Amino acid sequence: MDVTFINRSRHVGQSYISSVFTTLWAFFTVIPFVYRIRPKLILINGPGTCIPIVIASLLLSILFLIRRPKIVFVESICRVQSLSLTGKILQYLPVNILVQWPQLTERYPKTQYIGRLV
Amino acid sequence: TTKFDLLIETIVKDANVLHTLVDDLHIEKLILQIGSSPMPSHETIPIPIEFYQYKDSIENDIQQADLVISHAGAGTILQTLEANKPLLVVINEQLMNNHQLEIAHVMEKQGYLYYCTCATLAETLKKLVNHRFEQYEKGNPLLFGRYLNEIMTE
Repeated sequence: MDVTFINRSRHVGQSYISSVFTTLWAFFTVIPFVYRIRPKLILINGPGTCIPIVIASLLLSILFLIRRPKIVFVESICRVQSLSLTGKILQYLPVNILVQWPQLTERYPKTQYIGRLV
Repeated sequence: TTKFDLLIETIVKDANVLHTLVDDLHIEKLILQIGSSPMPSHETIPIPIEFYQYKDSIENDIQQADLVISHAGAGTILQTLEANKPLLVVINEQLMNNHQLEIAHVMEKQGYLYYCTCATLAETLKKLVNHRFEQYEKGNPLLFGRYLNEIMTE
């Protein structure tokens, strides 16, 4: 099994301003990796470390370098009333967002509840 | 793991808490996972106390327990509810994020547990006397597999 480590977009407690730069950096380092793997399906959860992978795969597919993968983001079970920042950002991208509490789909119509997974 | 010194202190030092545990709930032994918190002196406690810092898995302790009192960590909450044990969740008011509150609140609303703060621990323990919680139903990961099948064959 192939395991690759990617850079974090933001460390716990890191300021959001500086996170923009670390996220950008993570994004550039992840592009060749996504190009090599050409994923058909991307499963992600939790922290913003997943965002560069999403952007890189979408960008590469827009440039016709890879086929656009299906992307599924599973939101944390701790998110009952509101989406995480990552979830909120991903709403604007072609990503399937699965939440663990049905009431979230009313507040965030782009999300789906298919039952509790955990 | 997160530090919650105040919870350990309250359990061990608060006379009201100990009285409710021993006299109303008939607890005969306390097992404490204290993490990096200090263990307060406890010679005057009427029942045996066992404590440790960390274990690879607290699954056994949960299975043997008649009551679990824990912080509002989602992992611990789910693990305890899946073991169908009565659970009292204590919110750490010193932690900045209100996250803890959300999952404790919705779980209480659905009747799976009670939650409180260190200050209200004694009085909330009283609510446990003769109380039956709703049976918790585990989540179903198969739903996820089925969903993935669907979207990959769209």
